[in-house]
Amino acid sequence: MIRLLLPLIVFGGLVGLLLIGMQTAEERKIVASPLVGRPIPNFELPRLHEPNISTSTADRLGEVWVLNVWGSWCQSCRIEHPYVGRLAEESGVPVVGFNWKDEQADAKRWLSQFGDVWAYHMVDFEGRSAIDLGVYGAPETFLIDQRGIIRHKHIGPIDESVLRDLLARIDRLKQEASS
Amino acid sequence: MRRLVLPLLCLIILGLSQPLLASAIEPLPFRSELEEIRFKALAEEIRCTVCQNQSLADSDAPLAQDLRRELFVMIQDGRTDQEIRNFMVERYGDFVLYRPPVASHTLLLWAGPILLLVIGLIGSVIIIRQRRALLKS
Repeated sequence: MIRLLLPLIVFGGLVGLLLIGMQTAEERKIVASPLVGRPIPNFELPRLHEPNISTSTADRLGEVWVLNVWGSWCQSCRIEHPYVGRLAEESGVPVVGFNWKDEQADAKRWLSQFGDVWAYHMVDFEGRSAIDLGVYGAPETFLIDQRGIIRHKHIGPIDESVLRDLLARIDRLKQEASS
Repeated sequence: MRRLVLPLLCLIILGLSQPLLASAIEPLPFRSELEEIRFKALAEEIRCTVCQNQSLADSDAPLAQDLRRELFVMIQDGRTDQEIRNFMVERYGDFVLYRPPVASHTLLLWAGPILLLVIGLIGSVIIIRQRRALLKS
C-alpha cells in the first residue's frame, strides 16, 4: 500500500514546494543589503541644480535623514514620486535625492515635469558611489540615523503601506536621536 | 567509425565557435593574458544583481557594465581575487557569489548533494540485499 502511495506523496511534496516557491518569488528577488546597520559610505558628489557645490554624506551627520535613489529613466520612480513628496512633507526630515546614472538635462526636465520634492540631489553620473552604497536598482530608499548608520533600506517603489512603515521608522529614529 | 565522423566534426565546430558566442564583455586593455583570464574568471563567478540569473560576464545591464569596469580597475590596481570578492560581498552580500561561502546557513546547500548521494547508496545497498535474499530463498 505504502509502495503505491509513495510516488503520490513525493509528487504532493513537490507541488507543495512549488506553491511555496511561487508565493515567495517576489521576496526572494530582493537582495538584503549587508550595509544595513553599518555607517553610510562617505562620498562626495556634485548637486544637480548647483553643480559647483559638492555635498558629502558626512554633511548630514547629527540628524536623521533619507536618501532616495532615482533616475529619469526609471519607470517605478514615477509611480513612487507622489509618495516621496508625502514622505518629505510628513516625516519632517531631509529627503535627499540620489540621481543615479542620469543625463542632467533629462533629470532636470523630469523634475520640472513631476515636481522637485527633495531637499537637494546628489548626482552620480558614473555610478561609482552607487556601487559603494550597494545600489542595484532604482528606486531604493535608505534611512540614516543621526550617527550616520544606515538603519533601513527599502528596495522598489514606495506605496501607501511602505510610506506608513517608513514614517513609523523615521519617528522611532527621531525619538532615539532626541533621547 | 564513419558514423562517428560527422557528429564529432559538429562537436568540434561547436566547441570552436563557443568563444565567439560567449559574452557581452567590451574589449578592455589588459596588460597581460593572466589579467584577462582572472577578469573573465571573476566576471563568471560574480552574479549580476539586476538580472539575477546572469553573471557579470553575461549581462548587458548598465550596473553590470559599471561593475565590470570596477573589476577591471581593481585587477589593474593589483588587488587579489579574494579582495575583489570581498569588495563585492561587502556591498551586495553573499548573494553576488555563485559559490557562496560554507557557513551554518549554507551548510545544507553544500552538503545536500553528498547527503543525497549517501542516501541513494544506502537505499541501493538495502534493495540489492533484499533481492539477493529473495533469490536465495
